[in-house]
Amino acid sequence: MIDEGLKSELQKQGVYVTSLQELYNWGRANSVWPLTFGLACCAIEMMAASMSRFDLARFGAEVFRPSPRQADLMIVAGTVTKKMAPLVVRLYNQMPEPKYVIAMGACAISGGPFKQGYNVLKGIDRYLPVDVAIPGCPPRPEALIHAIMTLQEKIRNQKLTGPDRPRHLNADVEGEYPVPAYGKHDLEPPKNPELWQPPTMTRT
Amino acid sequence: MVSWFPNKKLETLEQIKLRIESALPLTKLDILPNECPAGERSLVVDASRGLDVAKFLRDDAQLKLDYCSNVTGIDWPEAKIKTKVKKKVVVEGVEKEVEEIVETLRSGHLEVVYHLYSMELKHGPIVLRLRTANRTDQTHLPSFTPVWRGAEFQEREIFDLYGVIFDGHPDLRRILMWDEFVGFPMRRDYVEPDDFEYEPTPHDEVLDAAKKHYPVEVKAEVKPEVKA
Repeated sequence: MIDEGLKSELQKQGVYVTSLQELYNWGRANSVWPLTFGLACCAIEMMAASMSRFDLARFGAEVFRPSPRQADLMIVAGTVTKKMAPLVVRLYNQMPEPKYVIAMGACAISGGPFKQGYNVLKGIDRYLPVDVAIPGCPPRPEALIHAIMTLQEKIRNQKLTGPDRPRHLNADVEGEYPVPAYGKHDLEPPKNPELWQPPTMTRT
Repeated sequence: MVSWFPNKKLETLEQIKLRIESALPLTKLDILPNECPAGERSLVVDASRGLDVAKFLRDDAQLKLDYCSNVTGIDWPEAKIKTKVKKKVVVEGVEKEVEEIVETLRSGHLEVVYHLYSMELKHGPIVLRLRTANRTDQTHLPSFTPVWRGAEFQEREIFDLYGVIFDGHPDLRRILMWDEFVGFPMRRDYVEPDDFEYEPTPHDEVLDAAKKHYPVEVKAEVKPEVKA
């Protein structure tokens, strides 16, 4: 591993030194293509973020792909109803690795103002591994841009070897998540217990 | 009735009622009063004659109610209704006015409300109400989808959330909830699934649900702990 100071000194002299990991992650981080996929009002902010005023293209994430097969990032933008949740999980399963999830807005994080409703999922993290969560109702486009920058930071810092390497480089890790079934009153199972372990409350 | 198109003169509800009754004998109609400031009264139509009344309102040359703008469901559970009635009582030879509270039992039923307008004659709305016999087994009403095509999805929604069965509907399926769902969530006595989970700051009904799931006595201090 090359010393950071030496690296920047060499750069000043016109010699660019890098590692394969850095180059690979640089490319990945700057071409995160989201899935064209909106569920509620947060999707309006997502659209605004991709338009000229906020210009998501500055971060390489403007190519909204209409097919999960071509997308790297799922932005869960809006309320996930119990009827929609299996379809969201299925779309996620159809995306190729490496794939990331941004939970955008209060509803996608926790159900938001509809949390106590009989028809609303209390957060997409019951079924999908969420990388970045943006609070807000709905979050401003700047917040979405910040989430994408946070995700880029995460991608840049991923190590390609070792035990905590990303899922797409680890053949032992299952990339698919079980799709819940429609039950009589709720989804079955109501959450993925491997993924979602809520804190237990102790009252004193 | 307050019209949305003040320049157009629409017949009064009484006139419409009389004309329906003369055109369709044996039809039972009621005018439901409305005490709110808008005073929008409605026609309560007997379910068995509902389709004929709907066709009359659409095809009548003076009404031409060709547009069904809205269909709503209402659940009326069985209830005791208290009304104040003024009574004149003679006490010791002197007539006195006494207020008396009369309790009446309202039988439970489901109600469907249609708001009708005429695009051609630019008048409306006429409000139609249909009532089911009860809330359990006799929840059939005629579908107005054959008369007004726009009622299709709204009638499906009422079927989905209230459980009114529309006879003659071309495609009566659940529209908002999934097909496997059991129950009608907009009914007043619907019991939500007990799907309570972790809540950092429970209050009100959520706190009651939380107490059920965390049976330890609630005191001021709440310490969330992350399970390993």
